[in-house]
Amino acid sequence: MKKTVENKPGGGKIVELKNISKAFGGERVLDGISLDIHDDEFITLLGPSGCGKTTTLRIIGGFETADSGDVFFDGKKINNLPPHKRSVNTVFQRYALFPHLNVYENIAFGLRISKKTEAEIRSAVKNMLAKVNLSGFERRHVDSLSGGQQQRVAIARALVNQPRVLLLDEPLGALDLKLRKDMQRELKEMQKNTGITFIYVTHDQEEALSMSDTIVVMADGKIQQIGRPEDIYNEPENAFVANFIGESNIVDGVMLEDYLVSFAGQTFKCEDKGFGKNEPVDVVVRPEDIDIVSVADSMLTGDVESVTFKGDYYEIIVDIEGFKWMIETTDRQTVGATIGISIDPYEIQVMRKSIYSGTFGDYSSFSDEIDTLSDAKAGEEA
Amino acid sequence: MKRAFSFRKLAAAPHLVWSVLFIVAPLLFVAYYAFTDSTGAFTLSNIAALTAENYRMTFLRSISYSLIATVICLMIAYPVAYIIARSRKHIQGTLIMLIMLPMWMNLLIRTYSWMAIIQDTGFLNEILSAVGLNKIHIINTPGAVILGMVYNYLPYMILPIYSVIVKIDHRLIEAARDLGASTSQVLTKITLPLSISGIISGITMVFVPSISTFYISQKLGGGNYDMIGDAIERQFMSNYNYNLGAAMSFVLMILILLCMAVMNRFSDEEEEAKTGGMII
Repeated sequence: MKKTVENKPGGGKIVELKNISKAFGGERVLDGISLDIHDDEFITLLGPSGCGKTTTLRIIGGFETADSGDVFFDGKKINNLPPHKRSVNTVFQRYALFPHLNVYENIAFGLRISKKTEAEIRSAVKNMLAKVNLSGFERRHVDSLSGGQQQRVAIARALVNQPRVLLLDEPLGALDLKLRKDMQRELKEMQKNTGITFIYVTHDQEEALSMSDTIVVMADGKIQQIGRPEDIYNEPENAFVANFIGESNIVDGVMLEDYLVSFAGQTFKCEDKGFGKNEPVDVVVRPEDIDIVSVADSMLTGDVESVTFKGDYYEIIVDIEGFKWMIETTDRQTVGATIGISIDPYEIQVMRKSIYSGTFGDYSSFSDEIDTLSDAKAGEEA
Repeated sequence: MKRAFSFRKLAAAPHLVWSVLFIVAPLLFVAYYAFTDSTGAFTLSNIAALTAENYRMTFLRSISYSLIATVICLMIAYPVAYIIARSRKHIQGTLIMLIMLPMWMNLLIRTYSWMAIIQDTGFLNEILSAVGLNKIHIINTPGAVILGMVYNYLPYMILPIYSVIVKIDHRLIEAARDLGASTSQVLTKITLPLSISGIISGITMVFVPSISTFYISQKLGGGNYDMIGDAIERQFMSNYNYNLGAAMSFVLMILILLCMAVMNRFSDEEEEAKTGGMII
């Protein structure tokens, strides 16, 4: 098993969660969460709905108290500190802008509470409005703004207080795709420019991968993996992470010895070590990492079951000894053809068995629609 | 198409009949009596008679007592409504029920009960003397009249304020807390401004019945503090001067309309603040 890489050397710890547990009405939503968050870090809590990511955020913000475990801010324990005494600000899901105040007054709210002078407030709000591209909107009523504009006001209202940490709870969830992509870029820019730590909650893996310095994958109230986006994608710790982030073929395998794994009836060289001799494992191979070769040169052979044109590549489902593999390739294949495939050692990721083994990874009944449906269902159940 | 249209007209007929019978006709009668004498000839003397000292005092008293009662209702009702709205869901239902319970009893019975309580030899003074305190004289004072009004109309202030506060999105309160607002700052900067509409309808619902109230003053004020409602009742029920009674009703109606217009201006300004104003 590979170690998750510590990101951003030099950034001190700003928020520490130690063994946090929380239950609502007897149902455990957080189960022993421990997490270090560093200065100037863009960290994303990623997982299906109900995995505990929002509760974790609310505990950091002070809106919930943990049943057990400790929260530290700058080394000081803040378990019972109320929200208004924490140097943390939040961008809420669906914004929660004050409907009785205009844009200017919404943004000025925190500054007025902290008794800034009128001149200070005016210049701070003006700067902030320029930063979020809303100059000239001062006197507009918040209900007259579009979703994207409301989103910007919500971000400005939080950032203008110059918090040490900004919490963002699925802030782009209500926006359409195009706007979401733009805002992702802008948020990332803002985080870089301000140096404020962003703790970002989302269920959108693409969003997490493209914005974050660090991703925390959560499921069932537990942290499944912490790491840089590349590590999470290339070296998932278990079947849940492999399945949740990107497409993946997950097959049963046996670790014969260091650097040697057997699956699909064949033995493959790999780059993983540290497992027991003949330990059963889950093996994950990403669809784009599988090479199609001539049958003569192949490691495995299979029959093409379906071909879907995806624009810049074909997505094909191949039956290899009863297991359906997804392969992404730029070469057109014909349905029914027998093809050979080859997998390079560094494309094979070996994972320990977990409670998620066997639940994901076969594409026998795959369709995009079913995939979406089952994601939603998994979310509800979790 | 034409048939459907006429059917629609027909469907509105009961409402039309109802409105004419019970709203328009009585109003016309009031206006007719107010501007005629006992022979049916047009006159302004009924209205002119109201400028007499005793009627001016009655109008002034009605306005000032009902204003005081409205302010007291507001001061009691807001915290009560706030606490109910912030309590747990199933407790809210019980508390609202308790607030409404007295409204199901007849006004006369409730007023008589208050007489029994605040009389010089009543329940309250019995208790006071039992614990060794001086008796207090409440009955037949202006205070007693206002007490009766506050008691009777308090629920009409609590309910609209409660229903507005309970609908305030809790995330707004969390957002304010997040931006550094203490509990009292959340109240003054978020909850109070967002419940203005409830306060305004509460004020209307208490002030209008208070200013036209009768009977409460006769029983709790001992007949010393005539309200307009009492004066009107007397003209119709004992003096049989319908013309003067109608004139009083007419002037009272104008007064209430004026007050409502002022209140509406306030709520309009509230709306304006939403679209462009600044609260500093």
